[in-house]
Amino acid sequence: MAELIQGRTGAWEAVIGLEVHAQVVSRAKLFSGAATAFGAEPNTQVSTVDAAFPGMLPVINRHCVEQAVKTGLGLNAEINLVSVFDRKNYFYADLPPGYQISQYTRPIVGKGKIVLDMPDGSSREIGITRLHLEQDAGKSLHDQHPTLTYVDLNRAGVALMEIVSEPDLRSAEEAGAYIRKLRSILRYLGTCDGNMEEGSLRCDCNVSVRKPGGPLGTRCEIKNVNSVRFVMQAIEHEARRQIEVIEEGGTVEQETRLFDAGRGVTRPMRSKEEAHDYRYFPDPDLLPLTLEWDWVEALRRSLPELPDAKKARFIAEYKLSPQDAGVLVGEQASADYFETVARGRDPKLAANWVMVELYGVLNRLSLGIEQSPVSAEALGGLLDLIRDGTISGRLAKEVFAAMVETGKGAAAIVEERGLKQVTDSGAIEGVIESVLAAQADKVAEYRAGKEKLFGFFVGQVMKATQGKANPALLNELLRKKLAG
Amino acid sequence: MSALTDLTIAEARDGLAARQFSARELAEAHIAAMAAARPLNAFLVETPERALAMAAQSDARLARGAALPMEGMPLAIKDLFCTEGVLTTAGSRILDGFMPPYESTVTAKLWQAGAVLLGKVNMDEFAMGSSTATCAHGPVENPWRRPGDNRPLVPGGSSGGSAAAVAARAAIAATGTDTGGSIRQPASFCGIVGLKPTYGRCSRWGIVAFASSLDQAGPMTRSVRDAAIMLKAMSGHDPKDSTSAPVAVPDFEAALTGEIKGLRIGIPREYRLDGMPGEIEALWQRGIEWIKDAGAEPVEISLKLTKYALPAYYIIAPAEASSNLARYDGVRFGLRVPGRSLDEMYENTRAAGFGAEVRRRVLIGTYVLSAGYYDAYYLKAQQVRTLIARDFAAAFERCDALLTPTAPSAAFAIGEKQDDPIAMYLNDVFTVPVNLAGLPGLSVPAGLSAEELPLGLQVIGRAFDEATVLRVGGVIESAAGFTAKPAIPPGGD
Repeated sequence: MAELIQGRTGAWEAVIGLEVHAQVVSRAKLFSGAATAFGAEPNTQVSTVDAAFPGMLPVINRHCVEQAVKTGLGLNAEINLVSVFDRKNYFYADLPPGYQISQYTRPIVGKGKIVLDMPDGSSREIGITRLHLEQDAGKSLHDQHPTLTYVDLNRAGVALMEIVSEPDLRSAEEAGAYIRKLRSILRYLGTCDGNMEEGSLRCDCNVSVRKPGGPLGTRCEIKNVNSVRFVMQAIEHEARRQIEVIEEGGTVEQETRLFDAGRGVTRPMRSKEEAHDYRYFPDPDLLPLTLEWDWVEALRRSLPELPDAKKARFIAEYKLSPQDAGVLVGEQASADYFETVARGRDPKLAANWVMVELYGVLNRLSLGIEQSPVSAEALGGLLDLIRDGTISGRLAKEVFAAMVETGKGAAAIVEERGLKQVTDSGAIEGVIESVLAAQADKVAEYRAGKEKLFGFFVGQVMKATQGKANPALLNELLRKKLAG
Repeated sequence: MSALTDLTIAEARDGLAARQFSARELAEAHIAAMAAARPLNAFLVETPERALAMAAQSDARLARGAALPMEGMPLAIKDLFCTEGVLTTAGSRILDGFMPPYESTVTAKLWQAGAVLLGKVNMDEFAMGSSTATCAHGPVENPWRRPGDNRPLVPGGSSGGSAAAVAARAAIAATGTDTGGSIRQPASFCGIVGLKPTYGRCSRWGIVAFASSLDQAGPMTRSVRDAAIMLKAMSGHDPKDSTSAPVAVPDFEAALTGEIKGLRIGIPREYRLDGMPGEIEALWQRGIEWIKDAGAEPVEISLKLTKYALPAYYIIAPAEASSNLARYDGVRFGLRVPGRSLDEMYENTRAAGFGAEVRRRVLIGTYVLSAGYYDAYYLKAQQVRTLIARDFAAAFERCDALLTPTAPSAAFAIGEKQDDPIAMYLNDVFTVPVNLAGLPGLSVPAGLSAEELPLGLQVIGRAFDEATVLRVGGVIESAAGFTAKPAIPPGGD
C-alpha cells in the first residue's frame, strides 16, 4: 500500500500519471537522414528537412518505427498495425516547420503495463495508456547574447517516444520506481539509452490529490523534469502544495507548472495566454503507417529476455532471493556479469561477491559495471581459487583488492605474493606444535575447560603462516593436537 | 519551315534529330521570344546563360547520337519549383532572395531528360488564385485579347505565367502545378494543353507546398503529344516523397493511337451549371459529337456531390496551407521584418510578406482546424472528399473517361472578379472535384468563345490512367483542329 500524506485535515492520497519522452536510439532522425549524436557543434546535424526549407518532405525512418514497436512489445502493449502521423501546430523559433509531427488519435502502440517491484518486496502493476512517435524540437539558447536568442537545430527532428502511463501511481516513491523500471526496460531493448543528463529521457508529471477512495482532484502538469530525483521531489512538493491549497479553503487550478530544482518547488509557467490550440490534423505529407503482422511477430520473437523474466529465472535457476535477483537484473550489464560469474560456480557466492565486493568498488570509483576494472571472468577465477582451497575467503578479499588495483588475474596475484594456502598437513602440524609449545600455560587452561581459547590458537597459527593455512585443515589438526 | 518558336516538342525533336537546327538555335530563338514577351510579365527570372550552356550539352549529345527524350527543349518553370541556385519565390515577397540549395525532383528529371531551363515564371502567390493577379511581382497578362478591346486579360491561374509563356511562344512548354485547377484553367484561358496527372504520379519533393494532399505537378504544352512526352519525363516514384506512387511509368506517347472506338465516355449531368454561358454548353456538346464520331459512346452519368466539391476544397486546401505556410516565419530564410519580440517579428514578417489572398486562406485554414470547429469543417470536408472520390469510382465502373468543360468561362479582364473571392473561386468548379479525388485531368483547347478567346474541354480519367486521358484528348484535339494563335509579339497584330 502506497504511503499517504498527512495533512491538517487527515490523510491524502496523490494520484500521479507520467508522460515520459524517451529519445529513440537511432543514428538518423525520425523523418530525415541527419545525424543525432549528442554534443555536436550547434547546427551541424541539420538537414533541409529539419530546417523546414520550402518543398522539403518528411520520410519515415523505418528503424525508429522498429524501435517503437520493440518498446511496445517490451511493455506488453498492443501494437497498432495502422497508425497516423498528425501535425501539432504552434509557432516557436526552434520549431522550423511551425508544427511538430506527432501521433494524436492513432498512436503506434496502445495499452500496456509495467510491473514495479517495491522495496518492501511487494509489486504493483502500472498501466501504460499509449506510446507514440514524435519529433523533438530544436533548442533556443537565451544566454548567448543580451538581446538575441540563438537557435540550435541539432535536436530538431530527433525521434522521441512519448510513453504515457495511466494515473495509477500513488506516491513519489512509486513514480521513481516507475521511471527506473521503464528506463531499465528501454535499456534492455536498446531503444533508448535512458540518459537523463543528456536529455534522452524527460518526464512530464500529472499530479492531483484526493482523500483516499474519494473522487479525483484537479490535476496540474509539471513539465520537463529531467532526473529521477527531481521527479520525486517535484511530485512530493506538488502534492503537498495542492493539499495545502485545499486545506486553506482554496481550489487547485488546472495548469502547467515548472519544477525549480534549485529551490525544490514547482511554480506556474509564466504566461497563461500561451494556452495553445494545436490544431492537430493528419499530416498530408505522410501516408498512414502500416505494419505487417508477421514483421511485428518476428520482432516479438527477437526481443531479449527482459528484467521481469530474468528476475524470475534468477530466482528459479540460481535460488536467489527476490531482492538480490531484483538488484542484479536492474541493468542488463549487471545481470550478464553475474551470470558469467555464476556459470558453473556457487550462484549465491557469485551474487554476494558481485553485489557486495564488486558494487562496493564500483561505487567507490564511480564506475558503471561496463567499466569494471575486474572482468566477470577474472572474478570467476578468484571464486575458483576459493573453491579449490587455494586461498581462503578472507585472503580472497585481499586478492580482489589487488586485482582492482593492478588489473591482474587472481592466480597471478596469489602466486606473486605467495598467498597460496598451506594445505600440507605436516607443515601446519609443525606450526601448531611450535605455537602450542610456546603457549604451554594457555594449553593447560584450554584443557582445563576454557574452550574459548580455541580461537586464540587459530589466530596464532594463522599469524605464523601469514594467513595461508587452510582454515578447515587447521581447525581439524588443532583440535586433534589439543585433544591429544 | 515555321519559326522555331512555333514548333511543338515533337516537331522540335524531329528537327533536332534531322539536324535542321541546333539546340543552341532553338534556345536562342526562345531567349529572344522570352525577351519580346516581357510586357506579359510572365517571367520572373530569365536564365539565358544557363539555357545556352544546357543547349550546348544537348548539342554535344545530339552529335554523339545520344539524344535524350526532352533533348534541347527550352522550358519555363513555374516559380513554385525549387531550382538550385536560381531564385525561387513562389510568387511571394516572403521568399525574397531565396536561392534553394537543391533542385526539385520533377525539374531534376527534366534536366536529366535533356531539357533546357529558360527561366522561372510568375504565378499566383503560393499558387493561391485563378488569375495570376495575386502575385507579389505584378499580374501576368494573357497574350490573347478580345478583338477590338485592348484591355489586358488574365491568363488564369495559378500557373498563369506558364500558360502565358507557352501561348506566347516564349517557351516550348512549361511546368505547372495544379491544386484545384491551376494547370487546366489557365491552359483553357490561354488556348494550350494542360495535364494534371494522378496524385502521386509526379514527386512533390522540392515543390513549394500549398495543399499537400492536392498539389500535383504537370506539363503545359501546345499539343497533347507534347504533354505525353513531357509527362513521361516528369513522372516516377520518388522515395523522398512518401505520397509519390510506386507505379510504373508507361510510354504515354505510344498511347496516342487516335483510336477510341468502343470507349464509354461519361458526361456528368451535374456539370450543367445554372447560368453557365451558352457557348460553354455548345462547346461541350460539340465535344460529345466529336467523340461519338470517333466511335466512342457518350454515357450520361451522375456525380451527385459535385456541388459540395468547392466548399470542401475551400476548407481542406486552406487548412493544409495554414500549416504548410507556418514555416515562413522570418527565422531561417526569405524575408525578415524585425520586431521587439519573437511574436512581433512573426507578425511583422508575415504581414509584410504575404499578400491578401494568402492571408485570407491562412486565416480560413487556421479557423477550420481550431478546437471546436474541426469536426464541423475539416472533418466534414474530408468526409465529403471521400464521398466525391467514391462518386467518381462508381462513374468509372460504367465508363473509361469523362468529358466536361474545363472552366465555366473564357478569360476575363485583369481586375474583374478581383474583389469577389467567391466569383473567383467558381472558376475552379469543374476542376476542383478531380483534385479531391486525386484523378488525372487534361484540358485541351477546343474552340473559341464569341469574343474569340480560347475555351478548353476537360478529359478526366481513372487514377494512373493518363494514357486513356491523353488518347481521348488527342482525338478531341484532332477533331477541334484548334489553330488560332494570340497576337505575337503580345499586343501587336
